[in-house]
Amino acid sequence: MPLITRRTALAVTAAAAMPIGRPALAQSGARTLRFVPQSDLAALDPIWTTGYVVRNHGYMVFDTLYALDSAFRVRPQMAAGHEVTNDGRTCTITLRAGLRFHDGTPVLARDCVASIRRWAARDGFGQTLMAHTDELSALDDRRLRFMLKAPFPLLTQALGKLSSPVPFMMPERLATTDVNQQIREAVGSGPFRFLPNEWRQGASAAYARFDAYLPRDEKPDGMAGGKHVNVPRVEWRTIADPSTAMSALRTGEVDWLETTTPDLLPLASGQKGVTVSTLDPLGTYMLLRFNSLLPPFDDVAVRRAVLRAVNQEDYLAAMAGDAAYYRECKAFFPCGTPLSTGAGGEVMDGRLDAAREMLKASSYDGRKVVVIASADQPLLAPVGEVTADLLRKLGMQVDLVTTDWGTLLARRASQKPVAEGGWNIFHTFAVAPEFMSPASHLGLRGTGRAGWAGWFSDPTMEALRTDWFAAEDDAAERRIAAAMEREAFAQAPYVPLGQVRQPTVYRDVVRGIFPASAPLFWNLDK
Amino acid sequence: MSATFVPRAPGAADGIRASAPPDLAIAEPLPDIIPPRKARGRARRLVARHPGAVIGGVLLAVVLAMALLAPWIGTVDPTALSPTQRTRAPSALHWFGTDLLGRDIYSRVVYGARVSLVIGFSVAALASAAGLAIGLVSGMMRRADGIIMRIVDGVMSIPPILLAVALMALTRGSIGNVIVAITVAEIPRVTRLVRGVVLSLREQPYVDAAIVSGTRPSTVIWRHILPNSLAPMTVQATYICASAMIAEAILSFIGAGVPPSTPSWGNIMAEGRALWQVKFTIILFPAIFLSLTVLAVNLVGDGIRDALDARMAKDV
Amino acid sequence: MLGIIVRRLVATIPVMAVVALCVFSLLYFAPGDPVTIIAGDQASPADVARIRATLGLDRPFLVRLGDWTWRILQGDLGTSIFTNIPVTELIAQRVQPTLSLMLVTLAFAIAIAVPLGVAAAATAGSVVDRSVMALAVLGFSVPVFVVGYVLAHVFAVELGWLPVQGYTPIERGLGPWFANLILPASTLGFVYVALIARVTRAAMLDVLAQDYVRTARAKGLAPRAVLFLHALKNAAVPIVTVIGMGIALLIGGAVVTETVFAIPGLGRLTVDAILRRDYPVIQGVVLLFSAVYVLMNLAIDLLYTLLDPRIRY
Repeated sequence: MPLITRRTALAVTAAAAMPIGRPALAQSGARTLRFVPQSDLAALDPIWTTGYVVRNHGYMVFDTLYALDSAFRVRPQMAAGHEVTNDGRTCTITLRAGLRFHDGTPVLARDCVASIRRWAARDGFGQTLMAHTDELSALDDRRLRFMLKAPFPLLTQALGKLSSPVPFMMPERLATTDVNQQIREAVGSGPFRFLPNEWRQGASAAYARFDAYLPRDEKPDGMAGGKHVNVPRVEWRTIADPSTAMSALRTGEVDWLETTTPDLLPLASGQKGVTVSTLDPLGTYMLLRFNSLLPPFDDVAVRRAVLRAVNQEDYLAAMAGDAAYYRECKAFFPCGTPLSTGAGGEVMDGRLDAAREMLKASSYDGRKVVVIASADQPLLAPVGEVTADLLRKLGMQVDLVTTDWGTLLARRASQKPVAEGGWNIFHTFAVAPEFMSPASHLGLRGTGRAGWAGWFSDPTMEALRTDWFAAEDDAAERRIAAAMEREAFAQAPYVPLGQVRQPTVYRDVVRGIFPASAPLFWNLDK
Repeated sequence: MSATFVPRAPGAADGIRASAPPDLAIAEPLPDIIPPRKARGRARRLVARHPGAVIGGVLLAVVLAMALLAPWIGTVDPTALSPTQRTRAPSALHWFGTDLLGRDIYSRVVYGARVSLVIGFSVAALASAAGLAIGLVSGMMRRADGIIMRIVDGVMSIPPILLAVALMALTRGSIGNVIVAITVAEIPRVTRLVRGVVLSLREQPYVDAAIVSGTRPSTVIWRHILPNSLAPMTVQATYICASAMIAEAILSFIGAGVPPSTPSWGNIMAEGRALWQVKFTIILFPAIFLSLTVLAVNLVGDGIRDALDARMAKDV
Repeated sequence: MLGIIVRRLVATIPVMAVVALCVFSLLYFAPGDPVTIIAGDQASPADVARIRATLGLDRPFLVRLGDWTWRILQGDLGTSIFTNIPVTELIAQRVQPTLSLMLVTLAFAIAIAVPLGVAAAATAGSVVDRSVMALAVLGFSVPVFVVGYVLAHVFAVELGWLPVQGYTPIERGLGPWFANLILPASTLGFVYVALIARVTRAAMLDVLAQDYVRTARAKGLAPRAVLFLHALKNAAVPIVTVIGMGIALLIGGAVVTETVFAIPGLGRLTVDAILRRDYPVIQGVVLLFSAVYVLMNLAIDLLYTLLDPRIRY
């Protein structure tokens, strides 16, 4: 304790000795892009933790072997290309020449091998990939090879996975860190260098253009294409209060708000030199998840009654307010993604009276349903109350338990009965790409107690998923996906609540912001 | 500066300090023949202040009535949602407009009075009771005094916000947790006040005599200490009541307050705060009611202070 | 005097131990742990268990407590679970903004409140007195974040005189540093002015009625000299007391002010750490707070003896 006090005292004394009116450091120059992220950057390892802010930080610092374009087609990124041989059982990926990490060392195949292994230890898609892989090795400095047990057509799609955790490539010395331990420094081969000495957790993070970065010679498209950096420096400034963030944008203290609440947009749209837009046209996919282990939602009839009663409009209006920023989506793959068909979605007709009858005919015995909700996640704050209101109208007894997000996550992990700290319903969200493919879709797994919170069990669904991995063409993929959606509407592992688009707001000094699933800082200018 | 100056011990403020000088006088010396300026000033002030106390009392009575009569004064179910009718401006249908979930703000504000009053009064009562107990023990038992006061210092130095969040995590967001968290933070004010009174009284010859002559401590407390503590404690309690209502709003602001399904002035404001530049009415109405109520409680407190004993606690 | 200081400092140690134990237990038994937050949706229960193990959070209560105590005794507050930054460094980063905010707030509040209180006392019963008292009551009645929003809107957004948010380290120049602090300090000072003005007025009224003040007046001293030289000095003890007690109030209010004005201070650090369950950070910050609180009380007690030589310990 005295240590701190002494150090602080020294810092203050030193500070006081500074000349008055010394100009601000040159680093806050005019071409620095000042960006307000959705929340504070609190960790640096996008594999170890999967928060979206850390993922977005990852996109600045790290690069990927493959990437998805705006139509979700796989494009090579760090890879120059790949070659599939041996009846689809060997895949050799060649790296582009001249790639370097921020510490100056060249990017080698063995760095990528270690990075893929670490990522696959955490990611569901990655685990599937490794389960199909006999051997992953570096052939030489620029070539890595997958030896597969059976053809795995989705290999490059896995390596181009665009949301958390993203298979980012790190130097081997970092990538050999145990996946359950955070890497100590953020050194990648991405278009920006992280400046660790300027990181003030809770306040700001700074990135400088990586001058040795070799962009692809293509137009940017989604997460793919050439990453040309025009701004020498990007600063992330944390502003926790949305109203303050909007004021700061209006007065020009910052250039770009990643997101804001649509309710505040009248302030921005009325102002010259400020543009309102959306980064991710698909938006965020919202859902209500049942605990399938516990009564009453272990009974599919009760789940279906709730599925039928839900009026998405109520939820969407509560979350986003302005109809321009939400869309109804009665589908288990997010609307606007290739596999989304909405097959079977007609059961969500929102007829409360019919749903009440269904509930009466079910095994529901009037027991209290525990809805866990958190007050500190802006998007999710209102949904608990909407659900509680809905269930009451439906004729259920409801106990709405409001805690903070950390407590909710811990409680959510409990498979115990309600009386011993369990739960019946929670709500969550995911960016659309995470749920667009059976490979990374958490909510459509039927693996029971081993799976995602809710522990939905459905062998039919798992069989369909296995078929999907083996599908030979797009048509087959779509056919299986439609079957999965029909199965989901019949079994109701969760209730889709629709999609919410989050507005992004920037000053017109920033040019070239383009739609993607994350805020990207290349190809734009200030 | 003349050598004849005998600087008095500072007045009642010491009541709230751990280290009140032992000679803190409770009994005011008789006034001189020439009425000092202060007495005239005070008389004028008392008269001038009565209107304040009266206004405060009336305001408080109105808020109390509002809380008690909530269901019958034009309100609807304060928890009834209507998301498609959200953030409406005040109208004939919704007198104060609607909030982010389309709930009627007028009804929420009226029902919210219950929560604020319950929190204010409970915290005042609990903090007074606990503070009194600790203050008595600490003041009466010389040996324990130092230790108790240091422990009080220590426990009270845990930020109430941490306590509120921890309690919420341990159980769930509830009014009870909010009350406990705020109470713990308010206890030392009362403890110090009571302890100051006890310490000063012990120096009084009659109390000293009572103790020396073997009067039981409980009798001493009952006869001498409680009557002398009551006036400043009542005044202190009104201020604690007022600051607890404000604290409720602050806890809601950081997400550790009353859960949103129960309307409280604090959580109505907390929910509406992001929008205040666009829809300021969401935050305006609860803010007006909260401010008026806190004002009323403070005015009543000032009135009680003047009425009971202006010497004792005027500066708490 | 020195003996007192040493005794009180020694007495601080058990206090800190009590605080440390309370906080440690509170955190240990509160549900929710950083692991579920770190792991996210993709992690399997086995992953969660492994992360917990690497963080040492799977060990029994006493082992963790013992380990933590041992480190503290060596001056090591541990490392933040999320940021991997030593807690001492995180705290050091945050001390300056919070300390600056508090000092400027205090300076503001005292500079405004003491003259107001003195003026009110000197003109007891007058319009001046009543308006000061009305202002003081009003100051108590408005939640600090409402004050903050209104000030920011008027002076930063509409008038554009001051920045909306942020903090400029003092190393970057006194001007920008101060400009960033004016609005938050005024916000936080609002309650404080009310508190100090009230106490000053009451204490002054008390003192002004004393014989020696009348003597001084009778001697023909200028009224202003009487007020400030004689009366204020003797009214100082309660004023200092309330300023000291208000420090605790400042710590609470600082959380809100730091949020509204995006100041990276200790208040935000505490709340963020609590919400993320970053145990080492919470423990470190709370220890710091209690140390400050205890030392502040000590300092005030010592000030008493300076202001009023008859007070002895």
